[in-house]
Amino acid sequence: MKILVCISHVPDTTSKINFTDGDSKFDTNGVQFVINPNDEFGLTRAMWFKEKQGATVDVVNVGGAETEPTLRKALAIGADTAIRVNTTAKDGFQVAKELAKVVKDGGYDLVIAGRESIDYNGAMVPGMLAELTNANFVTNCISLDVDGTTAKATREIDGGKETVTTSLPLVIGGQKGLVEESDLRIPNMRGIMMARKKPLTVLEPATAETETTTVKFEKPVPKGAVTLVDADNLDELVNLLHNEAKVI
Amino acid sequence: MSVLVYTESENGKFKKTALEVASYAKAVADQMGTTVTAIAVNAGDTSELEKYGVDKVLKVSNSALDTFNAKSYAAAIKQAAEKEGTKVVIVSQSADSKYLAPILAVGLQAGYASNVVEAPSSTSPFTVKRTAFTNKAFNITTIDTDVKVVGVSNNSFGLVETAASATTEDFSPVIPDSGVTVQSVDKATDKVTIADAEIVVSAGRGMKGPENWGMIEELAGVLGAATACSKPVSDLGWRPHGEHVGQTGKPVAANLYIAIGISGAIQHLAGINASKVKVVINTDPEAPFFKAADYGVVGDAFEVVPVLIEKLKAFKAANA
Repeated sequence: MKILVCISHVPDTTSKINFTDGDSKFDTNGVQFVINPNDEFGLTRAMWFKEKQGATVDVVNVGGAETEPTLRKALAIGADTAIRVNTTAKDGFQVAKELAKVVKDGGYDLVIAGRESIDYNGAMVPGMLAELTNANFVTNCISLDVDGTTAKATREIDGGKETVTTSLPLVIGGQKGLVEESDLRIPNMRGIMMARKKPLTVLEPATAETETTTVKFEKPVPKGAVTLVDADNLDELVNLLHNEAKVI
Repeated sequence: MSVLVYTESENGKFKKTALEVASYAKAVADQMGTTVTAIAVNAGDTSELEKYGVDKVLKVSNSALDTFNAKSYAAAIKQAAEKEGTKVVIVSQSADSKYLAPILAVGLQAGYASNVVEAPSSTSPFTVKRTAFTNKAFNITTIDTDVKVVGVSNNSFGLVETAASATTEDFSPVIPDSGVTVQSVDKATDKVTIADAEIVVSAGRGMKGPENWGMIEELAGVLGAATACSKPVSDLGWRPHGEHVGQTGKPVAANLYIAIGISGAIQHLAGINASKVKVVINTDPEAPFFKAADYGVVGDAFEVVPVLIEKLKAFKAANA
């Protein structure tokens, strides 16, 4: 089985979010970037397929040269090769189209992406990619088994979960649950050394076409201080929720 | 040319989010000087949609759509959009709609903006405000394609009643083989889901064990709320993963989020930032959650929550 794991290069959760150029661009100054957490679950599941079922695992990112340390980390975790599509995409559709070309050219059986990235939260790339490559698609995926060309997946739905069967080629939007968090891997020194020697292919982008444009970013209005209510005066809390906040 | 809205239903009854996206579609249609057409799949009585500004309902009755399937549903909505010559398609941001929307967008060759929280500031260019960076910022976006798909965040626009009368028309789209077969669904049908809930009652390790969740469920029951939990609680197996709220769990955009015995790790706060009013009950006055909260009670949940339940019951009885 030939697996491609899509890796988003995203700001660490604790990053301060600021913008530059008239609030039109994300300010990367001082920001630590990591593998998108939803992608990390998928990468670990791909490693399981590699070790238990003999799959090959490539990783791909659509981004500039600054994203290569994130791809190298994925290689250090155990991916075989990495691909970087050399463009800073402007919307999810552009990312999906670039990924679709990589998938078609590479003949992948299984593509694992995160259900969404933690920067733009669009939750659109995996579904668009599946549609563009005419693959089956399951998102919010919390378990995945593959036997030959048949796949069984469980996905989270509102208020529960459902189990589905499908077939390869398949695109998964993965999330926590695909593997246990305790199974996530931290690159060891051997992995880091080996990752330096593994191939990282840079491809030029196939399209500059976008469907949406970011005009600018805004930050939420700063929140006021908390109103503390005495634990012995919960009537006051009910009163505030009813009359001030108007939520009950 | 009307605005098309996909109105989700369950067991023949429209979800609250369906009425919210219908309200949103009406606002967009008014801005564009057009009407609202809803597509309703296997729904029973569709007259409720009239109250929220829908002028025409395309009623789909097809047993192949009894179980949700993203590709099949996207195909039905696409055919409805093409039939109506629609330029704007509105969907909610339920798990199902988020699943189908990217497929629909590719099918319609439409730009797709997800997590939209306000009516468009302009319809030419079509400009919307979306959340980004896990609700730490907003992204003002234009959709530049002829046909547009807009995903409206749950509880962001609200329900807006308006006087209208709707015509109904049976609609029979061709449903393709979806390639994905649902084997089993495990869902508590009597519970308010986090996605639909206006109020969420969430608890953390401060509850000391799963045996103490009775009071959390009772509080949620009084408020008509969904129950949720912090990540450590789901990791410990006290509550199902589907209740885990946070960056790698479920996002919550409730009108009221009550956090009990949750300290407020940054990953948890990332999941609840979009909620409008936050109440924190915690014994530790230094808990980081108090900085993110609107209202706080410093106290032991085992003492505070039972009293709060009684106070709310009395309030409900007085305001019934």
